[in-house]
Order: sequence, then C-alpha cells, then structure tokens
Amino acid sequence: MNQNRMSQNTIPDGSAQPSDAVHSGPPVTVNRYGPLQRLNHWITATSLILLALSGLALFTPALFFLTGLFGGGQNTRLLHPWIGVVLFVSFFIFFFQLWRANLPERTDVVWVKRIGDVVAGHEERLPELGKYNAGQKFIFWGMTGLILVLIASGILIWDQYFGEATPIDVRRVAVLVHSIAAVLIICIFILHVYAAFWTRGTLSAMTRGTVTGGWAWRHHRKWLRQLVGRRRIDPAK
Amino acid sequence: MSGTMAEQPRTAVSNPPVRALAANFGPQDLLRRSATSSLPAPQRQLTAVAKLIDVSKCIGCKACQSACVEWNDTNPAIGVNTGVYENPHDLTEDMFTLMRFSEWVNPETNNLEWLIRKDGCMHCADPGCLKACPAPGAIVQYTNGIVDFIHDNCIGCGYCVKGCPFNIPRISRADHRAYKCTLCSDRVAVGQGPACAKACPTQAIVFGTKEDMTRHAQERITDLKSRGFANAGLYDPPGVGGTHVMYVLHHADQPGIYSGLPENPRISPLVETWKGMTKYVGLAVMGFAAVGSLMHGIFGRANRVSREDEENAEKLVEGRPVPPPDSEERPG
Amino acid sequence: MTNSWTDIRNTDLVVVMGGNAAEAHPCGFKWVTEAKAHRGAKLIVVDPRFTRTASVADYYAPIRQGSDIAFLLGVINYCIQNDRVQWEYTKAFTNASFIVKEGFSYSDGLFSGYDEEKRDYDRTSWDYEMGEDGFARVDETLQHPRCVWNLLKQHVSVFTPEMVQRICGTPQDKFLHVAQMISECSTPTKTMTSMYALGWTQHSHGSQNIRAMAMLQLILGNIGVRGGGMNALRGHSNIQGLTDMGLMSHLLTGYLNMPTEAETDYATYMKSRQFKPLRPGQTSYWQNYPKFMVSFQKAMWGEAATAENDWCYDYLSKLDVPSYDILRMFELMNQGRVNGYICQGFNPLMAFPDRGKSTSALSKLKFLVTMDPLETETSRFWENHGEYNDVNPASIRTEVIQLPTSCFAEDEGSLTNSGRWLQWFWPAATPPGEARNDVWIMSQIFLRMRELYRKEGGAFPDPIFNLSWQYEDPNQPTPEELAKEINGRALVDLTDPADPSKVLVQAGKQVVNFSQLRDDGSTMSGCWIYSGCFNEAGNNMARRGTEDPDGVGVYPNWTFAWPLNRRTLYNRASADLQGKPWDPSRKLLEWNGTQWTGYDVPDIAPTARPDQVMPFIMNQEGSSRLFTRGMMRDGPFPAHMEPFESPVPNVLNPRMRGNPVARIFESDVARFGNSEEFPFAATSYRLTEHFHYWTKHNRVNAALQPEFFVEISHELAAMRGITGGGWVRVWSKRGSVKAKAVVTRRIQPLHCDGGRVVHVVGIPIHWGFTGAARKGFNANTLSPFVGDANIETPGFKAFLVNIEPTTPPGVVS
Repeated sequence: MNQNRMSQNTIPDGSAQPSDAVHSGPPVTVNRYGPLQRLNHWITATSLILLALSGLALFTPALFFLTGLFGGGQNTRLLHPWIGVVLFVSFFIFFFQLWRANLPERTDVVWVKRIGDVVAGHEERLPELGKYNAGQKFIFWGMTGLILVLIASGILIWDQYFGEATPIDVRRVAVLVHSIAAVLIICIFILHVYAAFWTRGTLSAMTRGTVTGGWAWRHHRKWLRQLVGRRRIDPAK
Repeated sequence: MSGTMAEQPRTAVSNPPVRALAANFGPQDLLRRSATSSLPAPQRQLTAVAKLIDVSKCIGCKACQSACVEWNDTNPAIGVNTGVYENPHDLTEDMFTLMRFSEWVNPETNNLEWLIRKDGCMHCADPGCLKACPAPGAIVQYTNGIVDFIHDNCIGCGYCVKGCPFNIPRISRADHRAYKCTLCSDRVAVGQGPACAKACPTQAIVFGTKEDMTRHAQERITDLKSRGFANAGLYDPPGVGGTHVMYVLHHADQPGIYSGLPENPRISPLVETWKGMTKYVGLAVMGFAAVGSLMHGIFGRANRVSREDEENAEKLVEGRPVPPPDSEERPG
Repeated sequence: MTNSWTDIRNTDLVVVMGGNAAEAHPCGFKWVTEAKAHRGAKLIVVDPRFTRTASVADYYAPIRQGSDIAFLLGVINYCIQNDRVQWEYTKAFTNASFIVKEGFSYSDGLFSGYDEEKRDYDRTSWDYEMGEDGFARVDETLQHPRCVWNLLKQHVSVFTPEMVQRICGTPQDKFLHVAQMISECSTPTKTMTSMYALGWTQHSHGSQNIRAMAMLQLILGNIGVRGGGMNALRGHSNIQGLTDMGLMSHLLTGYLNMPTEAETDYATYMKSRQFKPLRPGQTSYWQNYPKFMVSFQKAMWGEAATAENDWCYDYLSKLDVPSYDILRMFELMNQGRVNGYICQGFNPLMAFPDRGKSTSALSKLKFLVTMDPLETETSRFWENHGEYNDVNPASIRTEVIQLPTSCFAEDEGSLTNSGRWLQWFWPAATPPGEARNDVWIMSQIFLRMRELYRKEGGAFPDPIFNLSWQYEDPNQPTPEELAKEINGRALVDLTDPADPSKVLVQAGKQVVNFSQLRDDGSTMSGCWIYSGCFNEAGNNMARRGTEDPDGVGVYPNWTFAWPLNRRTLYNRASADLQGKPWDPSRKLLEWNGTQWTGYDVPDIAPTARPDQVMPFIMNQEGSSRLFTRGMMRDGPFPAHMEPFESPVPNVLNPRMRGNPVARIFESDVARFGNSEEFPFAATSYRLTEHFHYWTKHNRVNAALQPEFFVEISHELAAMRGITGGGWVRVWSKRGSVKAKAVVTRRIQPLHCDGGRVVHVVGIPIHWGFTGAARKGFNANTLSPFVGDANIETPGFKAFLVNIEPTTPPGVVS
C-alpha cells in the first residue's frame, strides 16, 4: 500500500475534466466548475424553475394563480415555450460538456444496490466514486431525456407556430406526454435540489465553483485521486 | 339594461321584437366553468336547446357560413381554390362553421351521393374543450347546453382544440384567443335562434328545444326512410353525453362518410388521462417528492464532511500515506 | 312562371331540368323542400352535372348539354306509347284536334319550307286548315291523319329510349326511370312542376327546349293547376320586370310589338294584329291590343297623341331588322358602325359571349358611358391587367365615362320576381359619394338632350319635344309617380257605355286595372299588364298581407301579381268542362253554375261557361298549342338540333349544323370550332356563392368561393394528366383561359351515338379582373357568338373546348 509508488499508469479514472484541478491548502480546495459552466447551469436552472411555475399554472386550476408571476394567462402561454427553447439550448450546451463524465460504470451498480447506505449517509460503505455518482448520473440522464421529450412534445403543441403542422391525434398524444414528462422532471428537480442541500458543502461547487478537499475525499475520492495523480498540484491560492 | 325577459326560442325564423330586451340567461346559469373547482350550483335549470342540421335537406349554399361571418363580424381570408368546393379549407378563427363536401358512391344503389355537412361545434353535454381548458372561466357551459368561450379569460393555449373530440376550436394568431361557434348565445339570450338557422333557405337548420328538435328529427327520419334511406337516423352521440347540435343523416350507420364525422366520438382517453389521472397522480408524486425530501432533511442526518475527511485530503495532496484505493469492497 | 314560388309546395313531382334551382334560387327552393317534406313530393334532376340540386334529389339522370329536346320528346313518346295522357285535358284544352293544312311536313331534321341560302323557313305551310266559316278545322276524334295529335305522335316516335341514349348519353334505364316517374303525373290527381332556367334558354334552340316541356306538361294536364306549370326561374331580381317593361329592342311595354319598317302606318300595323278567334266563342284576349297600344302611346306623348295623328305612331322607331339584340349590337359595334354606348347596369365584357369580340367592339366606340354601382370590367375594358385583360390602352380611343349609380338597397321601387309578383321595396341605405339613382341620371340626359334639340335643332325632334314628362320635379321623377303612370289613369271622365250618365272613373283618377283601358285616347297606361299595381286603392305592390285562405299557397294580399293579381295563369284549366276541379283536394277555381269562384283571380271572363270558353284566352284558338303554327322560326314542333359546336353530329341529319335558322354573322363563321380541334363539350353556369360578376366585389362571397375553376371528370383528368387543384388551360376557337381544376365524380363521361364518349367540361362564370375575389379568367372568352333562333339568347350552355395542364398565370393578383 505504498502510495508513493503509484505511477501514472495507475491513475484512477475519476471522470475528471480538463478544467478540474486540486489546490493544496490548508484547506485543500478542488475546482469543480468554471465560471461559464456555472452561468450555464444557473441559466438552465432558472429556465427550468420558470417553466415549472408557468407549466404548473396551466396544469391544474388550483395553481392558475401562478400566472400572476408572468403578467397574466396570455403572457404565461406566450413565454412558456420560449423559455423552453432557452432551457433546451442552455441545457444541451451543458450536456456536451458533461456527458462523458456521466457515462455509467460498474461502481454505479454497486451504488444503486447500496441505496440504503446512500440515503443514510454511510458513505464509507460505498465504493470510491468518480466525479459523479449514480444518483447524479440519474439526474443528468433523466434531465437529458425528459428535456428532449419536453421540447419535442412542446413544439408539437406550440399552436402559435406549429398549430397545423401535425394531425390532431398527434397533438393529443403530445400534450399528455408533455405533462407526464413535466411532472417527472419536476420530481427530478426536487431530488437534485434536495440532494445538493443535504450533502453539505455541495452548493459552493455551483456558486464559487470549488469544493473542499474533504468534500471530494468523502464523496468523490476516485476523482480526487485522479486529480492528485495528474500532478496538477498548484500552490495554494 | 332594464327591459322584459324574452321567451325561450321555439323557432329560428321569428323576427326580433323592436323593444330592447335583457338577456334571458347568463353567468348565473352555469353548469360548468373551465378550471374552476367550486362552482356554485345554478339556481334554475334552463330548457335544453338544440340546433338540428338535416343533412338531407342541405343544398350546400353556404348561407349559413355567410350569416355566421356577418353576425360575428369576422373577416375570413380570401384563399385559393384547391380543387374542392370547401372555402375556407378548414374552420378558422374567422370561420366558425364550414360546409364540407364529400362525393360518395352508395354501394347498394351504385348511385353517387353528394354529402354536404355543416361542420362546427357540437355543443357537447360533456364538453372536451371545457375539460381541457386550464384558464378559469374561459369556457363555460350553460344549463341550456350552450358551450361558450369567454374571450376575456382565454389565454390562447389551444388545449381546447386537443380536448375537442371533433377538432373544432381554432386559435387566432392575431389576438391569441380561441374561437368557435357560440350557438349564437347572444341571439338565443333574447329569444332568437342562431344566425345560421335564420339564413338557411331550406330550413335544413332549425333551432328550438332539444325535445322539439329530436321530435322533428324523427319526422325527417321517417320521410327519409320512405325514400329508401333505410339507415337514416339522428346523430346525437352518447359518448359525449349527447350534443346540442345534432344531425339527421341519410346514413346514420356510417357517419364517417360525411367528411370524417367521428363514428363514436368521446373525449379522447389521452385527454381524460391528461386532465384526470395525470393531474392527481402528478401532483401526488411531486408532493411526495417534496415532502419526502423535507422529511428526510428534518429527521435524517445531514451528510457532512468530517474533519478526518479534510485531513485525508490534505494527506493525499501532500503525498502522505492515506488509506488505499479500494477495489469494490471496503472493510466496514 | 305560369304559377308562383309559393305554389310549388302543392306539387307531387318537381323536375329540375335546364336549370339548377337549389344553387341559383336557394330561397325559392325552400318551396321544393316544403313539397318534399309535407306532401312527399319527389324531385328529379336531369343535368350534365350532378349539381347541388341533384344532391337533394330523389333521382338524377345525366344528359348531354344541348340534347334536351330529344330527351323531352322521348318522354312525350313514352307517355303516348304507354297511354299516360290526361285525355280530357288534352282534347279540350290543347290544339291536339286541330287539323294542319296539306303541305306541312317534316323529314331529315327539317320542316317544310326551308331555304338554306336565307337560313329561314317559309312558314305558310305551318298552319291550320281553315273552314269556310273562317275558323280552324278540328277532328275531335283525333283520327284525321293531319290532326295535330297524329302529327305529334309521328314526330316523337323516333325518340325511343335507345335513341335518347344515342343522342343524350343518358343510359336507357335512367331515362326510363325518369319517364316513368313523370308519366305518373298524367292523372288528374297528380301534378308535376317544371323548374327551368338558363340551362334551357341559353342555346341556339333554347325556345324549343321550353316548348318541348310545355307540350309535355300540357298532355299531362299540368298547366293551370296547383303544383303544376312551366316555371321559369328568372336569374335576377327584376329581370322579369325587364322583359315586362319591354326593354328589348323589338318590344314596347307589356309585350306590345315595336313596329317594323314595312308597317308604315298604324292601320297596316294593326292589320296583322286583329287576333280574330280561330274557334267559335273563344276569347282571344289580344283583340284588346288597340286599347293597350293607344293607352301606351298616350302615356308616352300625352296630349300630342291624337286619333288624327294615329296616336303619334310615327314617333315610334321602326325596326329594319328583326331586333337589335345584344349580339347584333356588338356585331355592329365591331364593324365600327356604332358611335356610342350607354351601358346601364350591365357588364357585357364579362357577360356576353366571345369576349375577344366584345373587347374589339368596345374599342371601336367613340364613347362608352357606364352606369353601375360597381367598378365593372366593362368600364375598364381599356385597362391592361396583364394576362387577365391583355389590351394596349394606347391603341384604344374610346372615351369612357363612369357614372356611379345607387344599388338596389339604396333605391325605392318595385322588383318583379319570377312569379310575376311586383314587390315594392324601400331603401336601406343612402348611396355613397356622388352616386345617383338611375332615374335621375336618365332624366338629366333627357332634359339636356331636349334643351340641345331646342337650341340646335336636329332631325325629327318631335318625339323628344312631345315626350310626356309630367312630374312634380322633372329632374327627379319619383318611383310613385312612375308607378302611377305605369298603372294608368283616365284622361277624361270614363262613362259606362251602357249608361253614359254613369261615370266609372273620373278624369285624372287611376284606372282600377287594364280592363278599364280604352282605344279612343281617353285612357293612358305605361304598361298594360302592370295596370292594377297602383290604383285608387293605393300602392298594391307595397301590400304585405300574409293571409293564405285554406293554405293553398295563393297569398292574394301579398304585393301585386300581374295580370290583375292573378297568381296562377290559365287557372281555368284546373277544372274540367263542367267546371269541376280535376283534383278536388287541390281546387283552384270552380264553376258555381253562373260564374267562376275560387282562390285565385279567374284567368277567364268570370261568367264564361266552362264548356264553351277555353282556358288559353290569349291564344286565338282558346286552347294551348302543341303545334305552334308559324309563330316560331325554327318549327311548329321542337326538332332535335345540335349546338353549333357539338361533339357529335346530328343523328337525324348529320349535315345539319346547329339550328338551321339561327342567325350567324359572317364575321363569326370562321370563329366556330370543330370536334377534332376541340374534343370536349363545355358548358358554363353559375354557383350558389356568387351572382354573376357582382358578388366577387363582396368579401364574404369572395371568401366562400375565391377563385376561378373548371370541373372535369376523373376520366378526363386521367386522360390529360390533370390533378385536382392544379392549373389547367382551357381553350376554344375564340380564346384561351387558365383555371384551377376541380376533378369530380359529379361529372361522368357520356356514351353517345356510335360509341362516342363525350367529356363534359364545366365552367362557372363568376370571375374577372376587378373585385375582392382572386383575379380570374372569364368563361365567356370561350363561348360562341350565336343566339337562339327566336330571341337571340346567346348559346352559353354548349360549345367545344380543349384542355391541358399548365403553369399558373404570370400576374400576381
């Protein structure tokens, strides 16, 4: 178990990305997301929130009051699809940066099997994880698939421009699919946000762009090891 | 405006009275209101009205289309001829009714029949448009059966189009509101019949109480049967609870030959699901996710990074010994 | 119409042939719907196309346009062969028993007396054999070989079902089905009504089409009865008024005749208008002609018309040709022989045949004045609209003056409908801008012309100076003043001839109707048949009484029907020789022993005995005519004649082209095409959504039917590679048009004589280059310049074309 004898050939693949980096401390900090990535994420997040609110306003009468946030029913109906376009574009810019890091691995299967330990916070019972755990990958691919479904079904029911493009039967299917996908994506959103808060120290990843070394050690050790192994050790800032 | 109330209409061709009249039904007579969960029950039940379109009497003259345009003051576009007699080519926000023409060779007689059907809102007893509409009060149904769009409340989302089993409402690209036949609710409210019925030269369109119209339809069906149309019948589809616009068809066993009139129309199960189960289950699921998260957050323990974790990280970075990387299993 | 719109609900069988009643008269058609709904009446449609009328018919049979005479004579033949004739009616009320003189004959499609050079018949052989008593000879047993009945039988015998199929293309079984349904109406208790229109009149043998049906109706006993009749569906709200008021060059008002050059004086004119009865005791009501003629002249020239000057007979123009109809006028115009044209409420560039000729004709005028509420194509004939009106304005020297007029909704006056009802109407709006009503414009023209004649003199100004113009404001005669003039009044006290001390009508008072008109200059009346419309009782045309005693459909208090508020003409024929109604359940008139009583004004002297005086009182015979003597130029019986441009030769005489006596101008001889170059049979017609060339100016109508199209069968489309909704070019010897194609099952190929398949091309007329609808080409670019032999109605309904797919027109509309 001599770490010092680790060579480059045995650098673990923790799905680190080119801009990730570890800085010696104390305390140790790790760069997780650059400034553009954070902007991208928050644009995506804001759009999703606005879409959820405007969508929910049209989903059930009890929530119709939410149209007030957008300046009324007509505005809500007008803006929702446009924000959807923003979401789609923004998300997929993000997608093309992160998809490789989110590809499934064998450790994901173990993680999933040990979901009880995950939820209870017993991380020591889980294998060492790369940049993203299975839960995060689930969020990622879930969002990807659902956003695709939402943009496709959304366009089909965007009457202003596509009202006559497809037969009515197709539009009926689209509207049901859109609402189901929306419910699911809201659930995923809830899960994603909660997980970010419950796992203390995560927020800074998307606000400042960095996490602590301990956070990385605890939650994404393989990633940390990879970063260290890449000898990207800079003097502490 | 003060004035006496008008009688319920019996026929479409009575001439209007010259004195001002108050509307004889209104917002207090709603049976249903879109996106409204607690609508007070109406105080009275109006007599159910109906417009009966006898397709066998219709000569396809389009007087009904022009009367509808004139009464509702719409401005249908002047299109082009695409090889058919239908103009415009579909219902639009400016054309609430449309003569649809189909040439059908009757396999029993080998004779050509030119079936001309006046398309438009059927004023269903169980309106799919109203069920689908998310905007409170944009679509209402009166106890006399008239289903009306209240444009001030309409948000132009087009859900009503999907909800309608007959694909009738149309959204205006200009003012972003949905439009369809109103059964001339404004005329009916002062004791008149709809403009189309007034204009129809052969009285193929008649208007009155649903009971009277059903009775009249039976007379027409008897006449048709005497002329060899053994399957003549009334189109008043039960799948939507019956409609307040009905057809007398020569071939009631084959509604589809009349330019695609649905044989057994009902609100699409997709729409029922969307406005039914999806809502309840969806809200429940989202609610569960939210509450579940909340509970977990309150009663569970936060997932914190420990002092040891930070030290291990430092050790790793400085190259000092740390616990080795695992190989799937960790001692625990 | 011989009957009325409301009477149609009394019928058992409606035959729509030569017309498209539901599309052209949707409101009037409701009476057919009523008959169907309440009497179980049946509807038959016979038409080259399966129209919207056919869509509500009980039976439809196709027919090649222009072959209606063969079809109808075939039905007559069927009825005679199957003994489906109303014998009592036929024997008593038609001239079936009249004996025709020796020398009359018919063979190979021609009657006796034909002169091929002159394109005319010498009709002297077409007449009755006269007895020494001066009356026509009859054989009531109908045995005489030359009695009308036997001649008719022989004439129609060639029209077997097989012959009908050969000529008309109507499958035999369909023809027989129609004939059988019609023949059922030969019983006294079943009637049939014929509703026809331009599908019959707009042929070079149009009048004979109508004759054929009239003859059929007579032998079935359906004229003068409730639910029967020959019911012409006029195409314009006041076109009946146009013919009644004599707005045709050969007529004065009330169907009095314009004199000809040969009639140099009044005595000569009246010599051939004695109208002596041809059978004893008959009315021959035209014997009253002088009363109407003199009253008319008094209306025109007032005090200037006296017995001494033959009532200003010399003021009347004298015809040097049979008529100056529209075809002749445009032919003369095209020869450069017309200086100016006042075109009032007309759009000839669109409405007349052979548009190329019309354009050329108008270009040769010195001036053209149009009076119209709309911007018509005629007023803009000189303006280039690309392919839609390809003219060079620089080469046209015609000065065009457009005078905007009020339209009908801004006028007050009367409209005469198909049922002869004069209905008074009031304005609903005021005319826009500088638009003026027609009466004002014409008054101004007259007053200024008169003034110019006074100042400058001119050839024979007397008729102009002496024209009676007694109006409170000469600049603007009111509709009531004109209506009163038309009704007529007493110019002096009219006394009872039996008792001169008794004054029947005071001087200056309106006559009650034309029965009070006299031939001694003591009365005046602008139009005798309208007399009674505005008498001392008031404006009878403005009455709106909806009473209909016993629901017979007469409505005696609704407006005023000419003549004398009589709703069904020849109504005495609704009863037998004892005066008992043929059908007691549909009584119209009945003889009570001393006079005629019933629901309608009797069309016979009230005390005329039923077994003595016959119902057709305007005829010298007293009876109706199955044989029309020399009164029609092309035959006393209808003969089968092909259209001038026909896809098939005339089977009875292949050498004969069209109507042998119809007028063809020399300049048009070369403008007829043949079936090699133009293999397809075209017909032009109207759609419900439009009225001629007016409604394309209306946004609603334009939206309902926006663009010019032609209709063809699937078979023709396949033959020529045409798809529905695509552009096609249709051309005839006279011109070429582009249109969208409507490919339909409603037009079927017709299998005619010798295995020939005739393909019909249907061409609706309503588009041009002005208005709200899409700019379009015009059907009359294609139609031929030939008219009916008797009345010159152009033959719009049957001509030849060719067709091919093409590119869209180059001009953006």
